[in-house]
Amino acid sequence: MASAFEYAPAPESRAIVDIAPSYGLFIDGEFTEAADGRVFKTVSPASEEVLSEIAQAGEADVDRAVLAARKAFEKWSALPGAERAKYLFRIARIVQERSRELAVLETLDNGKPIKETRDADLPLVAAHFFYYAGWADKLDHAGFGANPRPLGVAGQVIPWNFPLLMLAWKIAPALATGNTVVLKPAETTPLSALFFADICRQAGLPKGVVNILPGYGDTGAALVAHPDVNKVAFTGSTAVGKEIAKTVAGSRKKLTLELGGKGANIVFDDAPIDQAVEGIVNGIFFNQGQVCCAGSRLLVQESVQDELLDSLKRRLSTLRLGDPLDKNTDIGAINSEEQLTRITSLVERGESEGAERWSPACELPSAGYWFAPTLFTNVTQAHTVARDEIFGPVLSVLTFRTPDEAVAKANNTPYGLSAGIWTEKGSRILAVANKLRAGVVWSNTFNKFDPASPFGGYKESGFGREGGRHGLEAYLDV
Amino acid sequence: MSDKSEQQRLSVFKTYKLYVGGKFPRSESGRVYEVTTRTSAAGAAGKDKWLANAPLSSRKDARDAVVAARKAFGGWSGATAYNRGQILYRVAEMLEGRKSQFVHEVADAEGLSKSKAAAQVEATIDRWVWYAGWTDKIAQVVGGPNPVAGPYFNISSPEPTGVVAVLAPQESSFLGLVSVLAPVIATGNTAVVIASERSPLPALSLGEVLATSDVPGGVVNVLSGRTAEIAAPLAAHQDVNAIDLAGADDVLAKELEIAAADNLKRVLRPQPVDDWSAMPGTDRMTAFLETKTVWHPTGSLGASGSSY
Repeated sequence: MASAFEYAPAPESRAIVDIAPSYGLFIDGEFTEAADGRVFKTVSPASEEVLSEIAQAGEADVDRAVLAARKAFEKWSALPGAERAKYLFRIARIVQERSRELAVLETLDNGKPIKETRDADLPLVAAHFFYYAGWADKLDHAGFGANPRPLGVAGQVIPWNFPLLMLAWKIAPALATGNTVVLKPAETTPLSALFFADICRQAGLPKGVVNILPGYGDTGAALVAHPDVNKVAFTGSTAVGKEIAKTVAGSRKKLTLELGGKGANIVFDDAPIDQAVEGIVNGIFFNQGQVCCAGSRLLVQESVQDELLDSLKRRLSTLRLGDPLDKNTDIGAINSEEQLTRITSLVERGESEGAERWSPACELPSAGYWFAPTLFTNVTQAHTVARDEIFGPVLSVLTFRTPDEAVAKANNTPYGLSAGIWTEKGSRILAVANKLRAGVVWSNTFNKFDPASPFGGYKESGFGREGGRHGLEAYLDV
Repeated sequence: MSDKSEQQRLSVFKTYKLYVGGKFPRSESGRVYEVTTRTSAAGAAGKDKWLANAPLSSRKDARDAVVAARKAFGGWSGATAYNRGQILYRVAEMLEGRKSQFVHEVADAEGLSKSKAAAQVEATIDRWVWYAGWTDKIAQVVGGPNPVAGPYFNISSPEPTGVVAVLAPQESSFLGLVSVLAPVIATGNTAVVIASERSPLPALSLGEVLATSDVPGGVVNVLSGRTAEIAAPLAAHQDVNAIDLAGADDVLAKELEIAAADNLKRVLRPQPVDDWSAMPGTDRMTAFLETKTVWHPTGSLGASGSSY
């Protein structure tokens, strides 16, 4: 896009991070090869460059890791809360110290812009550990009765969209409450979890308290099915979440699921349009739209539709897509070829069903996995692009006339993770928020996260909450 | 420290100073008083060892400290709870690095063995960590939405009360001091603290730690001297919002409570504490918190929809 805005390249240096040619599994405080010797490659989605070769955990490794976590549980859970707190504070501080290194690493492995890993992911990771560190010796005050007990070994499976942040959301509350963990990072983004293993070493965390098992879906399936796991926590797709719910049925495993979404971003006619446009862009193009709580359905009041869409298209034309390590990049790479294929096919389906597709002029790099920011107008509630989670930079625009219609349309989905409300009127915000079947409602803002604030879904977006005082419950025997 | 090494090299004494508004002034009165080691046996024999001349603070020093605390209140109470938590944790980090100095000072101040003094100092460091974790949680424990019978969103949140005068415990010169000071500032108040009269040196040295821990100047102000002399103007001060009487005896506590009633200061009466190392609750924080309740109409999804 030739325009008045020509920027010189401003790449963040890769030199700050040293990626080894290969990594093992992290079990009982040691890096080790997989029992069957299998490995897989992790690539940079922005260039398809192979970053490293990773050991791939199989069933025997899951056994070993769960055993290590079980052994570590006795001592870890018996530690005074104040001592567990200090380990977690150490981890929080080391994450802060190493945050630029981890931000560059995450951008390389995931493909998201450095400005996001640097200014959102990493600060939130450190804050999450800091917050739950403080709970470790205050569980008596958390509202679950005196001396609430941990569950035991937690099996945790996390996605690739916020690799280290999802790790923090899982590990920090688990350890604070006295559980030990076996965590499986996603196959496309294993590196930051393996670097986290090194942070555990620096923090002097006792062996076996945290175990990291890179692998594919079968590794995760073996972990959640393992008979000696007491708690299963999963973030990912609704389809896999349902499989996991079936797997743990009939067991005593406590389950929390943080799944997909099709968030409605509702813009009323009195909303400040420029502010709303920024919120809409943030809601669906943050992290290339690969966000479970993305505002992927824009519900705009009919009377301001034209004004809003003009403004939104103008804004989208200024987004900069390209090298994720460039500090000026707004839109990075799609995380994998598989995900790009999925986005592409859903968008083609949207077109074939009659919705009107629009993208700004946008040159895509030749290597790597890329998708231009995309808008669909003339979308009805029956269209696939209004119903299915696309998990990409694709926004479907629908309209409404009355608040009741907005609420009805917003709730017309099996999902219920997030929603946004844009209006100057406070009472309208609260009335609409009351009626939305969604776990997080942002008003006049979007995609805000804080460790003190609980996050999680209604309906098929899963159950259980992560973050805040509420996030402790998932890891306590209450 | 053998006599031989002292012959080889004469040590440098520290001039102990107040900590007010982020600076280290002497008392404006120019007065000092003698601080000695504390062991009952030595005391009985009249052999207490001289430790330092500490500033003997005046009424004017107390008022200056209140001005500094008031000036710091807006920034400190307006900082995010997360930010305050990190700063309190930073205090713990700085103290850990200066542990040996404080073990020495606490041992001298309280007549303790090295190992008992070390236990006191370690518990003090951990106390900062405990309160660092409370900054962003206390509102989640003592605040929350209220289900009022009407179309209103109604939420109660704790807010710091303002400038708090703190009479530190007389016996526990460091752990006791931090146990009463940290909860006051964790929630966003600013403090004027009167150190233990007999053993003020660990408190005065704490000022040096606070000054290098990103605690903004004026958030904590440390005065040494005669507790009764300094506390009287603080208890009567119209710009002090609350007073913790931990370091007052019964007679003084009653006098100060009467003076404090003049502008209805929040008063925390002295409570018997056998063991400052016991796990604290939340009462020392809630004593210096106001509760603010906000109402907002929610409208309702009526048939007409007009109430949006």
